[in-house]
Amino acid sequence: MLAWTIYISFAGALVLALMPKGNAALARVIALLVAAAGFAIAIAGFAAGAGQGRVTIVDVPWVPMMGIHYTLAADGISRVLVLLTGLAAVAGVLFSWNINLRTNEFFAFFLALIGGVYGVFLSFDLFLLFVFYEIAIVPKYFLIAIWGSTRREYAAMKLALYSFVGSAMVLVVLLAAYATSGSHSTGLVSLANANLPVSFQMWAFPVTFIGFGILAGLWPFHTWAPTGHVAAPTAASMLLAGVVMKLGAYGCLRVAIGLFPHGLDPWSWSFLGIGSWRDVFALLAVIGIIYGALVALAQTDFKFVIGYSSVSHMGFVLLGLVTLTQVGVDGAVLQMFSHGVIAGLLFAIVGRVVYERTHTRQFGELEGMYLGRRLPFAAWAFVIAGVASMGLPGFSGFVAELQVLMGAWIAKPWWTAASGVGIVIGVAYTWRALQRAFFTDRLPRPDEHPKEGWPKFDPITWPEITATCLLFAATLIVGIYPSILLNSIEPAVKALLAGGMQ
Amino acid sequence: MNYADLFRVTLPETALDIAALLVLIVDLGFLRKAALQTRIMAAVLIGVFGCGGALLAMPYQVDGGLAYPGSADLLLSAGGYTAVSQIGILVLTVLTLFLLIGSDFTKHVGEFVAVVLMAATGGLLISAAQDLLVIFVGLELLSLGLYILTAFAKKSGKSAESAMKYYLFGGMSAAFLLFGFSYLYGLTGSTNLHEIMLGFYGPTVISSTPLVYVALVMIAAGLGFKVAAVPFHLWAPDTYEGAPAPAAAFIASVSKVASFALLIGIGTAAAHVFNQMHHAGFVTASRGPAPTWIGFEHPWSLILAIIAVASMVFGNLAALAQDSVRRLLAYSAIAHAGYILIALAYYTGTNVSANAILYYILTYGLTTIAAFGAVSVVERISGSDRMDAFLGLYKRNGLLAGVLLVLFLSLAGIPPLVGFWVKFNLFATILQVNHGAVPLALVALAVAMSAVSLYYYLQVLKRVFVMPPADEAPVKGSPLTIGVLALITLAVVVLGCLPGLMQSWMAGFYAGM
Repeated sequence: MLAWTIYISFAGALVLALMPKGNAALARVIALLVAAAGFAIAIAGFAAGAGQGRVTIVDVPWVPMMGIHYTLAADGISRVLVLLTGLAAVAGVLFSWNINLRTNEFFAFFLALIGGVYGVFLSFDLFLLFVFYEIAIVPKYFLIAIWGSTRREYAAMKLALYSFVGSAMVLVVLLAAYATSGSHSTGLVSLANANLPVSFQMWAFPVTFIGFGILAGLWPFHTWAPTGHVAAPTAASMLLAGVVMKLGAYGCLRVAIGLFPHGLDPWSWSFLGIGSWRDVFALLAVIGIIYGALVALAQTDFKFVIGYSSVSHMGFVLLGLVTLTQVGVDGAVLQMFSHGVIAGLLFAIVGRVVYERTHTRQFGELEGMYLGRRLPFAAWAFVIAGVASMGLPGFSGFVAELQVLMGAWIAKPWWTAASGVGIVIGVAYTWRALQRAFFTDRLPRPDEHPKEGWPKFDPITWPEITATCLLFAATLIVGIYPSILLNSIEPAVKALLAGGMQ
Repeated sequence: MNYADLFRVTLPETALDIAALLVLIVDLGFLRKAALQTRIMAAVLIGVFGCGGALLAMPYQVDGGLAYPGSADLLLSAGGYTAVSQIGILVLTVLTLFLLIGSDFTKHVGEFVAVVLMAATGGLLISAAQDLLVIFVGLELLSLGLYILTAFAKKSGKSAESAMKYYLFGGMSAAFLLFGFSYLYGLTGSTNLHEIMLGFYGPTVISSTPLVYVALVMIAAGLGFKVAAVPFHLWAPDTYEGAPAPAAAFIASVSKVASFALLIGIGTAAAHVFNQMHHAGFVTASRGPAPTWIGFEHPWSLILAIIAVASMVFGNLAALAQDSVRRLLAYSAIAHAGYILIALAYYTGTNVSANAILYYILTYGLTTIAAFGAVSVVERISGSDRMDAFLGLYKRNGLLAGVLLVLFLSLAGIPPLVGFWVKFNLFATILQVNHGAVPLALVALAVAMSAVSLYYYLQVLKRVFVMPPADEAPVKGSPLTIGVLALITLAVVVLGCLPGLMQSWMAGFYAGM
């Protein structure tokens, strides 16, 4: 059933692309229906899959001569991420309600991207996973290049090239693994059981991890993320932060760790306490957490703050993955969901609710607009989202980051200590942004005060309210009752860590 | 002497030549007063029938030679990779003929189509040739045709200039090739490929004389020119830019397919002889372990690998700087030739290996014909193939913009289009047989370079989709051309989504072997 998320998304994209131009309202409705249908299927699939392990959805030979199968399957991790994708898709369409330029093309690219993302999360054949992973690159480019803002062509090209270089690294490993295993199959399960030599895994693991990590915002390969997020139109930056970065993290987990677990084994030597690829990537993740937070603290552009905060939060995901502990990886997967929702919310507030009305994102100018009073909806939504983002109990971020830190403590306590600093800085940059954008204490100079009162902003529209509530509900539900997701994440992670894929 | 077999194996060539003469007779004899487009339609129609006739004649082919069977005097082979590449050549020729419709660069339509058909004859010959003389004659037949086609737009200075460059380079490289061939003949006393290869591995070992290396380098220069591999590529950008669109498409597709088929033929002969010797224990028993050249079994493979690396790196990097879309396609063709040459360096003589290369070059030819078709439609309206001529094409002709999107992404190797699949197939075939660091490094370089290539393909697509049009006038091509382009685009998508289709079709030709 879950496979239909992929098909209807691509079908929707095709319909919208072929639709006669000019009927923006119809395009919006079609896009919303398709996204909602995908979300509904994702929920139903999630509910139906509760308590089950890996369920194969489709498995037919695709290229019999090379042993490539069209294998779609879902385990607990996939189901959670598909759910996230459905949610992000619906919210993204709602927050794009005001797109009037080439509307049908916008939603066509949007749905093509969503379809590719669904496909990656459901593929259990490495070749197929790679195909979907690359399908997602092109729509991103056009979404940013056509509908973006600030240096959009530069940012779009940068994102496309970073993604493509990352996927080229993955492709090299895919080819080498296929040739080395000799099993004449690219299925994830059969590759995991192929007993690839340790010497092979030792180089394949880092190449794959970096290849996918580029998209997950792994420091120092993260620089596409802030520029890409800032330049992208709201819905695209929601998707970039919300699900596309998760593609990278998911690839790190499913492919790098799942297929090449021996790549994480200690080397025979160590230098400055670094004695395995695991230490290397943990160090990079911790640097990413702190570096992203520090840079976010110094930004003058509202959206850049959120962009760098994404780098910081994705650092937690990557750190959780390389802890290789049950609780740490659980936390990483939960953090993928949580960050997907919260980052989507933050980007929506900044990019849609605020920017579309104020037409600036500079703190210096926002300060003079007294948005706290004039846009109370935006202000209070940002307060709640910010609180969720910094990881207050009751929101999903808390449970996720706590688990990651616990896992890190089990692995190496200093990882926890160092990333704890990142959380503190996270509080600082969120409050700073909140205060400067909404609750400034700078009094207006007399000449700034317009005599006939402040001009009214466009009223908040129903799609914005609906989507905001949807995302709030998601983060709250998961924050208050995390077991709803953890129950399906835990067994899947356990199976994956136990070596191979069952 | 078995002339009957020789006649049977050249049936397709005969069909093409009859069609070429027929075109001349009809166009010059009966249609002199007719309108240009009528004459084009008539000529194209006869050409298409000629190719169709050649296709129908294919099943009647048998291996042919002067004293064949029974001795190694095989001149032309049939079946297997030869059949696949000959069918490919004929189909691609038909598609290039369709590009002629609606064009007005020449009034001498009959001659143009006749020369196309004769050049295609040369292509058919070299993809089957097993003898140095036949190879040379076939190559010259193909090349001379291409020089004429390049010069066909008499009103364009560029066309004349590029034809001159092409001709001078071509003449020189033909001289190199013939010189190399003469050394081989001098060393082995035979012009037959198998006999020459026997000389390499056989009792009278010739591979130790330095003259062999001189001969191989000369031949590499001659054949490298045909496939536009660095450093023998200098003609390509100018010719692609100056030649009329159908001629450029023909050079980029049919001529490439034929030249690579020739390289496969040479590789197959080498591999078969080597394997036979190896099985007989001859090579290892008499001379100890076979010598290698930096991991390659033949010095020839090493030469190919060097050319391949140079082509991939240079082609991709030079394409980054191009402003003309045709030149960009030329450099990208150089890069694609580089990818294929790696596979040829690791060619094992097996069907899988041959199929991987043919699959690549055939689909590449298909894609590139359509790309030239689309460029020529834009060119006819805006009078230029500069990147800026493509500004805002999505508004001016949505279908054409979609066609360009699919074709260029396929060339860049984005799934689920066929360009990705053939690349994957090619590299996987290399790695499956050859383990070790050198093949992996070459493949990694190729993959990295194709990541570079995305940049310049996106530069074109950016102008097509992202930037606003400078001129809002709609771009219209003749419905037939657009229809052919759309069909090819559809094929690129379908073959990419169902990669097994064409592979099993190709594998069918080896059934009886």
